[in-house]
Formats: sequence, C-alpha cells, structure tokens
Amino acid sequence: MFSSTPREKRRRKIERIAAVTCFLFTMLLVVPVLAILTYLVVRAWPALSLDFILENPQNLMQSGGIWAPLVGTFCLVWLTLAISAPIGILAGIYLNEYARDNWFTRVVSLAVVNLAGVPSIVHALFGFGAFVLTLGMGKSLLAASCTMSVMTLPVIITSTREALAAVPISFRMACWNMGATRWQTIRTIVLPNSMSGILTGVILQISRTAGETAPILFTGVVFYAPVAESGFASILPYSVDQPFMAMSMHLFTLMTQVRGVSEEMQYATAVALVGLILLISGGAIGLRTWLRNHRRW
Amino acid sequence: MTHKHDEHNERDDSIQTEGLNLWYGTFQALHDIHLRIRSRMITSLIGPSGCGKTTLLRCFNRINERFGYVRTEGSIRVLGKNIYDPDVSLSELRKSIGMVFQRPNPLPISIRENVLFGLRIHSERGDFTRAMQDEMVESALRDVQLWDDVKDQLKKRAVHLSLEQQQKLCIARLLPLKPQVILMDEPCSALDAEGTEQIELLLEQLSEKYTIVIVTHNMGQARRVSHECIFMLHGRMIEHDSTFTIFNNPKNPETDQYVSGHYG
Repeated sequence: MFSSTPREKRRRKIERIAAVTCFLFTMLLVVPVLAILTYLVVRAWPALSLDFILENPQNLMQSGGIWAPLVGTFCLVWLTLAISAPIGILAGIYLNEYARDNWFTRVVSLAVVNLAGVPSIVHALFGFGAFVLTLGMGKSLLAASCTMSVMTLPVIITSTREALAAVPISFRMACWNMGATRWQTIRTIVLPNSMSGILTGVILQISRTAGETAPILFTGVVFYAPVAESGFASILPYSVDQPFMAMSMHLFTLMTQVRGVSEEMQYATAVALVGLILLISGGAIGLRTWLRNHRRW
Repeated sequence: MTHKHDEHNERDDSIQTEGLNLWYGTFQALHDIHLRIRSRMITSLIGPSGCGKTTLLRCFNRINERFGYVRTEGSIRVLGKNIYDPDVSLSELRKSIGMVFQRPNPLPISIRENVLFGLRIHSERGDFTRAMQDEMVESALRDVQLWDDVKDQLKKRAVHLSLEQQQKLCIARLLPLKPQVILMDEPCSALDAEGTEQIELLLEQLSEKYTIVIVTHNMGQARRVSHECIFMLHGRMIEHDSTFTIFNNPKNPETDQYVSGHYG
C-alpha cells in the first residue's frame, strides 16, 4: 500500500528533468549578464579614472574623457522623461479610468500598440521631419528628447494602464458609493496604490533612452561639442536649443569613426554608459521605494 | 419585531418606487417594481440568485449607471425626492445613501482615514479641525462597537483588521456623512457565525437612527433582523409584508415555497 507504481516513478523522473532544465535556462540568462559586466570592467580597467569621467574628449577623441557625452545623455534622459511621463501617465489614466469601451477607445489602444512596434530608425526620421524641420527646433536637445518621448510613450501608457487595472475594483466601488468623483477616487486611492507599478514602466524607459542611438542621430546629437569642465556650467551645460553629445553616439564614434582610440577607452566608455544607467535607474527605484513606504498623499 | 409595524403613513417612507423597470442591454432585470420602504426599519430583500435583489438595491443610489448599458424607467423617490430629477447631484445622493458590500472593502489607508474618507471628499481642506475629526472618528467607531478594539491603532492600515472588524469599519465610514439610508448587499456572507451575529446586533441598533435595506440569501438572517421583507422572483416583486407574515402566513404560494426551502 502507498508504494510507488512504475508510472509514478516515471512521473517523478520527468518532474526532476523539468525542474533541472528550468534552472539551467535561468542560469543561461544570468551568466551572460555577469560575463558582459565582468568583461567590460576588466577590459576597461586601465582607462578608468575620475579624470576620465570628468574631462572632455581631447585630441580627436584619442585622449581625455567622456564628460560632455555623459552630461548630454543625462540631460537627454531627464528631459525625455519630463515630457513622456506626464503625457503617458495621463493618457493611461484616461484609457483605464475614464474611457468607455467604444470604437474610439479601441482605435486609440490599437494606435498605442502599433506605435510600440515602430522601429527606432523610423522614429528618427519622423522626429527629424516633425520636430527639427516642421516645428523649427533645429538639431537640438529638445528635438531629440521629443523624438525619444514619442518612442517611449507607448510603453509608459501600457504599463500605466496595467498598474491601474491591478487596483481592485472594490476600492473604486467604495469611493463611488460614498459620492466621490472619478478624479477624487483616482487621486486619493487608485494612483497611490499603482504608483510603484507606473514608475516601474517609466524606469524601464531610462535605459532605453540612454542606450538608443538612432532616434537622436538626425535630431540633436553631434560628433563633438565640448562643455565646461568645472563650475555650475559643467552640471547643466547644454541649453535645450543646442545640439549635444551623447554616450551611445560617442561609443559608436570611438569604435568606428576615429582612428587611434585605445580599446581601453572604448570599454571604459561602455562601462560609464552602463554605470550611468544603473545610477539613474537606482535613483528612480529608490524614489519608488520611498513612495511605496510613504503613501500618504 | 412587529412592534414597529403600526399603521402605515406615507411620510414614514424613505424609498418609494413607481413602475420601476431596468434593462442591462436587452435583458430586462427588473419588471414594474412598486414598493415602499419604511423609515428607521430594517427591510430585507430576499429571493433566489439572479432575482434582481442586488440590481434593485443599486438603483437606490444610482450606482448602476456606472456600469454602462443600463437603462431605467419609472420613478424612485428617496425621502420624497425623485432621484432622477435633473437637479439631483449624484454625489449628494450617494452621500445620504450609504452602501455596504458583500466582501468588506476598507480602503488601503489607515483606520482613521477610512472613517474620515467620506468627509474628506465632501468638504474642503480645513472645514473640520483636528479635534472635530477625532470626535467624529470616535463617535462613528463607537456606533459600530469597534472603538474599544481599535482605539490604540487608528493609524494602522485597515486591511490588517479581521473581516468582521473590516465590515464594521465599512459601516462606520458611512456615519460621518449622516446618511438617511444604508443599503447592505449580503453584508455577512463573508463572515463566520460570530461575526454575523455581531453585525446583526449592530443592525438592530442602527435601525433606530437609519433606514436599512439589506439583501440577504440567508433566510434565518432575514427572519432574525428585519422588520419587513420583500420577496422577489425573476425581477418582479412578489410579496412585501411584515417579516412575521412573510414567514408564517405568506399570501403568495411561491413565497411560501421559497421561505419553506422548496427552491432557491
């Protein structure tokens, strides 16, 4: 009684195989991440220094550092988020909380999904036509940020909708039945309880904005635009109507466009780009945690 | 509990409906409902699942309209005022007609803020001093006999309370708005026997101040707590009488069969 049958033994064997396979594939995912980071840091080590971070590129990129592109990417990320986060979050709120299920809403949803599928080089062309030429922004930080915003909007809208939809309907019922308007319900209950989900969507767009090259290529990034290395002007050196340098473009330049750049410098630039993304994302995750623990607004 | 069931004066009615019909899309959920619900009494809506009890309850504060594709015909008067009149504000209507749900749904904020929530959405910042707020929180929580349990943890999140306490809190948060009518949609179905008993005792007390309409599947509960019962079937009101009459001497044979457990 209760002893295992041959069939049960076979099931147990399959169970074991399934568990091990899933574990191995998880490792397959983790190993490359660690490998990439280790490899980058090891190769970049000789070139990494505080001076490398804080100096402008010099001598046709062959020496000096990465301060100008680093600050450029930083500005690009924040300006892009400053444009796309409010638009995307408000649109997500409209679609999830206000819109009725009719043809118009379905068309908007379809448009959002399709916008997410547009290749980044096409966004670049659109941005060039719309922002640089038609709206007369010229090749500038603003035009590049607008282009990036259009590209990041669909993900922010979609993740906002999902975060809002995860708030139980019973909370809304409680509010509505006490006479709260939709907006009162959203502001007091729905948003505070979906903020961390919404911010997750926004945070994911930080690395995308910092890493994409194509959309800024025609719209604002330039090969070389040194900035002040000290004083206040070194922190916010670019005004929004100027072209700027960016890390992704700079890395591309170092690797393919100029001769005589040491490999260490290329790797050090890549490490700095990854570091910048981790820094901004880390800050945003910190903000998300703080909001989660202080939900009294 | 028939002591309150004396002669019927129209001014004692909290809710009156005339020829109330309701459709969800093309499905007619309520057929020609004429009813009067008396003030400061507990009226039970009973009947098998899908008979339209909850739909009817949700008509009284017009929350049905939030669900789209709902069409209503006929009139509903609450305290003598037709709630479909153009000058009726839904916000004000829902302020004076509270609703308690099947599953306790305290908001994910502190106990204190739950009680004050209704007040906050219906007033401006600074209308009430801190002391007035404290007083209202205490009085509301005392009215539902929750004060002694939670007075030391008013800042704790309400979702950590037991289900019974949560349901009491859901009733308490209606009270600062000074409602006239409290609607309850199977308020005990998520609670154990003891929690049910607590809520039932509470209902009896509350009925001294408020008109209570309660939807219930539990025959025993309808019998224990309500002064009057309305029996519904297939979206129609079959019989409305004192609880004693409905359970002991119903006029309609279908009511008789339902209350004696032949179906439902």
